[in-house]
Amino acid sequence: MLLPRRATILGGVAFAAGSAMPARAQLTIDMTRPTFEPVPIAIVDFAGDRVGADIANVIRNDLQNCGLFRSIPPSAFIQRDIDANAPPRFPDWRSIGAAGVVVGQVQSGGALKVDFRLWDVVVGQQATGLSFTSQPANWRRLAHIIADAIYKRVTGEDGYFDTRVAYVSETGPRSNRTKRIAIMDQDGANNRYITDGRTMALTPRFSPTLQEIVYMAYGEDRGPPRVYLQNVDSGRRELLGNFPGMSFAPRFSPDGSKVAMSISADGRTNLYEMDVRGRSQRRLTNGPAIDTSPCYSNDGSQIVFNSDRGGTQQLYVMGAGGGGERRISFGEGRYATPVWSPRGDWIAFTKILGGSFGIGVMRPDGGGERMLASGYLTEGPTWAPNGRVLMFFRENRGGGASLAQIDITGRFERSVPTATEASDPAWSPLIPQ
Amino acid sequence: MRVIKALLAVAAMIFVASCSSEQQTATATTTTVTPGSVADFKQNVGDRVFFDFDSSSLREDGRQTLNRQAEWLKKYTNYPVTIAGHCDERGTREYNLALGERRANAARQYLVAQGIPATRVRTTSFGKENPDPPGSDEQAWAQNRRATTELQ
Repeated sequence: MLLPRRATILGGVAFAAGSAMPARAQLTIDMTRPTFEPVPIAIVDFAGDRVGADIANVIRNDLQNCGLFRSIPPSAFIQRDIDANAPPRFPDWRSIGAAGVVVGQVQSGGALKVDFRLWDVVVGQQATGLSFTSQPANWRRLAHIIADAIYKRVTGEDGYFDTRVAYVSETGPRSNRTKRIAIMDQDGANNRYITDGRTMALTPRFSPTLQEIVYMAYGEDRGPPRVYLQNVDSGRRELLGNFPGMSFAPRFSPDGSKVAMSISADGRTNLYEMDVRGRSQRRLTNGPAIDTSPCYSNDGSQIVFNSDRGGTQQLYVMGAGGGGERRISFGEGRYATPVWSPRGDWIAFTKILGGSFGIGVMRPDGGGERMLASGYLTEGPTWAPNGRVLMFFRENRGGGASLAQIDITGRFERSVPTATEASDPAWSPLIPQ
Repeated sequence: MRVIKALLAVAAMIFVASCSSEQQTATATTTTVTPGSVADFKQNVGDRVFFDFDSSSLREDGRQTLNRQAEWLKKYTNYPVTIAGHCDERGTREYNLALGERRANAARQYLVAQGIPATRVRTTSFGKENPDPPGSDEQAWAQNRRATTELQ
């Protein structure tokens, strides 16, 4: 299943792309600037095997969908006889407006060996090149890893294409909806169901290794819902914690050793932390209010959560062991579902204000609040592992749930295709290689 | 002002009563329901207690429903009870699970105060999942802000 480490680096020559070049289409992009044009890029079908065209398609799709690239359609290519090991004819690619050209070749038979080069058309040099070997069944992952390498070379940020998304698959009428946990690749491929749908399951979250998920599910008896820990591959699942009331809103600590969650009893909802291995549990908050949606900071030292202790739903931060609670949201409206960025620089949240819902970000001290998306119901942001892109879900008046993704500048939103209606996305970390 | 409020409450009760009996006719046809049956509880007592937006405070109409429930449950002691809290769709999923539990608990406390043994009544919450009715307007939302007493 796992890929061997990156075997060979073909030549990945580091060079200061574009620093001395005129401002036309460049092969670098600064995503933090207020405006930029997507980088025009040409991805040629990989040579050597039929799967080469499929690999190129996955890369095109990844780069086009992230909003930072414009994939030039292959029908526009002039040079058709391109050799994966020789420089392309740069004037041919400049004339169709490409800033970069990606070429690659595939060797199959036993293991699948794929290597690729990204050529900087503007300066006429190789920008990066890598080689990978894996089992043939992993060809989509290899394509995502290559797309990540291109993304990183051009943006300076880590990519997020070699990832998965867990979500709640929704089918049936609204009043008797089947809601079950599904996992798919970030681009929608390899969709599979993790729960059988006999009882409702919600709020899936990945462990840092992606080997386990935690989620909330109801039993067969109309009793209170509880939090389960499930191995993704074996399907083996177990109850996490033994609480008399409801347990819900689980989330792993960044090192995967703990799960924070809400426990409700007698009208009070407090936060607890479970040790995943030892199964000891400890209380983190204690009061008559609703404390829910806990999320650890990227370094595991703090927890941000949602509480109505001050009268309405607001965001609070406390130490990871509990204590030192302080409110960080002070704008108009109600704040919910805070999620700490994997980079630590932002907290994403859902905001309810005047009959509409929005997705926004604020600094961990509550400053710099910015709204990115809004609608009748937009809820539940989750971060891509590079902390630059969010996924969330939308629902229309009268129903119809779907996933959407937006970058943290709010410039580029796209809907994420899913096999069924979908809610509650949870973006995984990069898949371990 | 007080009179108007009371009238509104009565109007709401009548509306709700007509709704639930309409739902019943589909399944129970026109035969009279057996006293002490689940259908009897739903039709003649009322299994639903309603709340205001983002609130778990019992209203006067809710207390009256719960008074009837307590009386009935004392008479028919063979049913264990689960009170399920529900919310409208204008909140977030996790918060609404907690708010539903709070509503279910408010109804449970009231029944216990009327003499129903605490061990007989458990609570759960469905938050905003599976709304009934499923609409996206104030009328549907008002009916989804509720605690439903389910007989096992």
